[in-house]
Amino acid sequence: MAHEIQHVSTPAGGAHAAGQSHVPAHGQHHGEYHVHVVPPWLLIAVFVCLVILTGITVGVTYFDFGRTLNVWIALAVAVAKATLVALFFMHLRWDSPFNSVVLFAALFFVALFIGTVILDSKEYQINFVPPTSTSMAP
Amino acid sequence: MSELVNKQQAAVALAGDTFSPARDHHHHPPHLAHHFDTLEQQFASGKLGMWVFLATELLMFGGLFCAYSVYRHNHPEIFEFGHQYLDKTLGAINTIVLITSSLTMAWGVREAQLGHNKRLALCLILTLLGGAGFMCIKTVEYHAKWEHRVFAGRWDQYDPRYKGPQVPHEPPTNEPEAQAEQQIKNNKMLPQTTMEPQNMPTLPQGANPGYGAALATPQAATAPSEAAATTQAGPMLQAGDAYADPNAGTADAAKIHPMQGVPAGLATRVHAEGKWEVKFDDLPKTEQDHVLTFFNLYFLMTGLHGIHVLVGMGLICWILIRSMKHEFGPTYFAPVDLVGLYWHLVDLIWIFLFPLLYLIH
Repeated sequence: MAHEIQHVSTPAGGAHAAGQSHVPAHGQHHGEYHVHVVPPWLLIAVFVCLVILTGITVGVTYFDFGRTLNVWIALAVAVAKATLVALFFMHLRWDSPFNSVVLFAALFFVALFIGTVILDSKEYQINFVPPTSTSMAP
Repeated sequence: MSELVNKQQAAVALAGDTFSPARDHHHHPPHLAHHFDTLEQQFASGKLGMWVFLATELLMFGGLFCAYSVYRHNHPEIFEFGHQYLDKTLGAINTIVLITSSLTMAWGVREAQLGHNKRLALCLILTLLGGAGFMCIKTVEYHAKWEHRVFAGRWDQYDPRYKGPQVPHEPPTNEPEAQAEQQIKNNKMLPQTTMEPQNMPTLPQGANPGYGAALATPQAATAPSEAAATTQAGPMLQAGDAYADPNAGTADAAKIHPMQGVPAGLATRVHAEGKWEVKFDDLPKTEQDHVLTFFNLYFLMTGLHGIHVLVGMGLICWILIRSMKHEFGPTYFAPVDLVGLYWHLVDLIWIFLFPLLYLIH
C-alpha cells in the first residue's frame, strides 16, 4: 500500500487522465497543485485566542448582567470562538467561498427553524408542559 | 484503496488503449480518480462534499438546539435551577481539552500536507488522547448525575416495574389527616421554615395558568393551612373538566385546546443571594419532572455530542494507521483534512454546548 509521495511542486498536468479524450494534450501543464499550509504561529495564535475566550465566557458568569444579557454575551463569545475555529482550523479562510456558503446556509436554516418555533411557541405556551402526573389520569 | 487505484489504472489503461495509445498514464497521480481532471479539483470536490455533510450535522444538532431554545425561552428558571448541578470547572477543563485536540488535529493536517507522516502520527495520537480525556471527564460528570438518580428521564423508569409516569390520583378525601398524609407522600414537603409556601394558588376550575403564572399571582401567599387542602387537586385540570379559555375572544385565545390535567407548578423556589435553597430531591414530584426536562436536554445534547467524539476518535485511528504506512503527502492528504473537519465540527458544537448548558447565569 505504500504510495509514491509527490511533492508540492509536482505539476498537476499529468492529472488530465488519459480517459478524458476531450482534454487537449497541450493543456496539461497549466498549473501546479497549490496546497495552502497553515503556518504554526497562526495555529498557536488561534489556540491562545480560543483559550482566552473560554476564560472570558467562564468569567462573565460571575457577573450578573441580567438573564437576557448573560445569554447574549455567552452566545457572542461562542460565535467568536466558532468563527476562529471555522476560519483557521477548518481552513475556510483559504477555501473556495462555496464551502462557506454551505455552512451559512445550514446556519441560516437552523436560525430560521429556531426563530419561527420560538415565535410560534408563545401561541401554545399553555401546552408546554411535560406529560406528567395527572395528564395520564384516567 | 489499492483496489480503487488498481481500478483507476485499469480504466486509464483501457481508455488509453482506446483513444490515444500514445498518451501514457505514468504521469497519472496514483490518487486521482479518473472522473476528475486534476488533483485540485478532486480535493475541492471532496471537501465540498464534507461540508455538505457537516451542514446536515448542524441541522441535526439544530433540532436539539431548537428544543433547548424554546424550553429555555419559556422557562428560564428551570434552567437556572438545573444548571447548578453541572460542574462548571469540569466543563471548562473539557472545553480546553477539546480545543487543544483541535489544535493538534489542525497541526496534523499541516504535517500531512508537508508529507511528515511521523509527525502527523504524533499529532493524531495527541488528538486521540484529547478525545479520550474528554470522554473520561464526561463519564465522571455523568456518573455524578447517576449518583443523584438523574438520568435522561425519571430514575425509576428503568425499573422493570415502572408503569409510566404516575402520581397518585386518589379521590379527594375530607379527612384532614388523610390529606396531610397524602400531601407528604406526594410532595415530600420540606419543613416550612426552609421553603416558601410551596402551595399552588387555588384557581377557579378550568382556568389554566400554565407555567409561571402561579408564582406571579398574589394568591401564592395563601396561608399554608388553607392551601394544604387544595394543593393536590390544586389548579390542575381534571380529566373531563370543561376548559374555559381565559383569553377567549381575544387575539391571545389558545389555538389548540390545552391538555387535560396540566399541573400549574414550576421549579421556581427561593432564589436568595444566588443560591437555591431547595435541592432537587426536595422538590415535589411534578416539579422534579420539569427539572428533568432540563436534564433530558443535557443528556441528549451532550450524549449525541459524545457519540460524535467517539466516531471522530474511530476515524482518527483509521488515519493514524494510514499515516504509519506513510500514505500521506502534499498531493494526497484529503482523508486527514476531512477527518480534521469532522473533529473541528465536534469542537464547534461543544463551544456552543458549554456556555448554553454549564454557564447559565
